[in-house]
Amino acid sequence: MTVKTQFPYDKEYVTTFSEKNNEPSWMKSLRLRAFDLAHDLNMPEPDKTNIRRWNFTNFELGAEGSTISSLQELPEQLTDFVDQENVPANIQIQQNGTISFSALSEDLKEKGVIFTDIFTAMQEHSDIVEKYFMTDGVSIDEHRLTALHAAYLNGGVFVYVPKGVKVEEPIQAIFWQEDNTSALFNHVLIVAEKDSELTFVENYVSHNTEEETVSNVVAEVFAHDDAKVSYGSVDNFAAGTTSYINRRGVADERATIDWALGQMNDGNTVSENVTHLVGQFSVTNARSVTAGRGKQSQNFTSVTHHHGKDSDGQILQRGVLRDKTTSIFNAIGKIEHGATRANAEQESRVLMLSGDARGDANPILLIDEDDVTAGHAASVGRVDEFQMYYLQSRGITKDEAERLIILGFLEPVVNELPIASIQKQLRTLIERKIY
Amino acid sequence: MSETTLEIKDLHVEIEDNEILKGVNLTIKSGEFHAVMGPNGTGKSTLASAVMGHPSFEITQGSITLNGEDVLEMEVDERARAGLFLAMQYPSEISGVTTSDFLRSSINARREEEDGIPLMQFIKTMDGALDELEIDQNMAQRYLNEGFSGGEKKRNEILQLKMLQPEIAILDEIDSGLDIDALRVVSDSINGVREETGLGCLIITHYQRLLNYITPDFVHVMMQGRIVKSGGPELAKQLEAEGYEWIKEELGIEDETVGQKA
Ligand SMILES: Nc1ncnc2c1ncn2[C@@H]1O[C@H](COP(=O)(O)OP(=O)(O)OP(=O)(O)O)[C@@H](O)[C@H]1O
Ligand SMILES: [Mg+2]
Repeated sequence: MTVKTQFPYDKEYVTTFSEKNNEPSWMKSLRLRAFDLAHDLNMPEPDKTNIRRWNFTNFELGAEGSTISSLQELPEQLTDFVDQENVPANIQIQQNGTISFSALSEDLKEKGVIFTDIFTAMQEHSDIVEKYFMTDGVSIDEHRLTALHAAYLNGGVFVYVPKGVKVEEPIQAIFWQEDNTSALFNHVLIVAEKDSELTFVENYVSHNTEEETVSNVVAEVFAHDDAKVSYGSVDNFAAGTTSYINRRGVADERATIDWALGQMNDGNTVSENVTHLVGQFSVTNARSVTAGRGKQSQNFTSVTHHHGKDSDGQILQRGVLRDKTTSIFNAIGKIEHGATRANAEQESRVLMLSGDARGDANPILLIDEDDVTAGHAASVGRVDEFQMYYLQSRGITKDEAERLIILGFLEPVVNELPIASIQKQLRTLIERKIY
Repeated sequence: MSETTLEIKDLHVEIEDNEILKGVNLTIKSGEFHAVMGPNGTGKSTLASAVMGHPSFEITQGSITLNGEDVLEMEVDERARAGLFLAMQYPSEISGVTTSDFLRSSINARREEEDGIPLMQFIKTMDGALDELEIDQNMAQRYLNEGFSGGEKKRNEILQLKMLQPEIAILDEIDSGLDIDALRVVSDSINGVREETGLGCLIITHYQRLLNYITPDFVHVMMQGRIVKSGGPELAKQLEAEGYEWIKEELGIEDETVGQKA
């Protein structure tokens, strides 16, 4: 017998919210279906992390945002996240799920690129959104959190790149959860048509060190034949936020999806990053980095799921753990029968900065095909004392030597973030978390 | 440059309960170049490591002072800032840290926090040193020692010596892995520093070849964890010609390594 779980906002709320946003009827019915499913479905069970006692139900909804008329008025909390030297041409800032600022270059508009908030997208591009939104990527019935995601969806963006269009300037989205108790159910939907190119960068920011709330983030990326999507992220939810983050990609023939994820949340986090390599010669480089501090518990799962022949999936995970933090890194290469000549490699490395921290790196290969190549490497270790000796022997202090070694250890991921200013910002966040 | 003296007295060093150095005495002053030679496994690198403060070694007896200050009381980085430098036989590889960033941090470690070396000045100095040592400019942007060839690592050690300008340097087999041309380039650079700054130096080597370029004032022979013989530059030439047998015979040593008690 299952006890009926109570969620803080009822079906009535979901209906009203959908109507207020003038959503198409398919979306409203999807939400309601998801809401019912949420009661029946189980919570996800991330491998080796018990999330049963994490807060996923204590949150509020409904905070409003305010608008700014130019990036000069950028609130102080966000200045780090916007390149001051090369002012981004394509950027959207959302505050508590509503648009605060939005810009897209004329050139991209003319070429048919779409970059809007998810609600506008549902109204103005209902057909495309309906086709991709929680259908072939993430589905609402995977577990309770994907169902709740659809039911309570309250923020996000849609990016569409037409066939053959190469977006040279990155597109950036900043999701600012400025209200300390409001939850964010954020959805990023990216569709890159054949032979198109896109660099996308997102930032999540909140400040609720004490107040508890929830973030439930889903990103779906579709790269059609020969498309290239480079996806960078810096997640920076504050300690009070419990996060569920699910970024998923589907790559068709010869398509590439590269991920560079800076996972710098301060609260408990379950983060999964799955790429379905559907087409022949599809490629993904799934890189992620984290720095854990305090008592936070985190679970990171990266998966390259090979369906297509000659598909290539590379996972690189790096983590630095301080204080009493616990982090599990699961790196999974899954090769389906028929995906001949697929290549799946996983590397997970964890650096422990404290005797009380716990880290676990699990590379896993699940192979259903004979003609493949695969490899994995994992390590959990401490700062190398001989490296420390070498740096210190040049006069560098112990603290500075350690800082250099840690940043160097994370560099293979940080260096892959697509925008220089975001790299810089991530380095700053790492240093802030480590010291 | 002021007169600097590194004084090593009756130094005994252990690793994992094995005594490796068994009473080393050696004094190096500004401007003096000492060569230390000796068969494999006799304690030469251990001496260098003990002076710099390598974490694996334990000093059980004796003293090391720099201008009278107790070096053994200092952390590794304090020793470096006090003026000591060690070009290591096997330098560490440090992934993700560029040679250039590392050099800059090393230089800034010697300056007040608010008085870091200006970027342009740093680049100019570094480029000059790279040119002098005939090191490809790209190396500055590569990760420190990662994937460097044996010879590149050695040149990189001397690059650091040149940029950090220590008072007393120990060069541990700086000639190993260098081709003949590189040996000359590196030697010229060391001689340059010697002239410009009055560097005091301890050169560990197996070969007279290096000492043809860098003339030592003193030559010492190590066996069984001690300096068993000292002399002038002619001693090195004799070793090159005759090997170590005659010294062993002269001193009645059968096994010159540190394993055997004398
Ligand atoms: N980390 C260590 N663990 C165990 N033994 C060590 C260690 N380092 C040095 N030793 C031992 O100490 C002895 C002296 O070594 P050292 O490296 O000082 O010799 P060396 O004179 O520099 O030799 P080489 O000419 O081959 O470089 C050797 O027997 C060596 O095996
Ligand atoms: Mg040696």
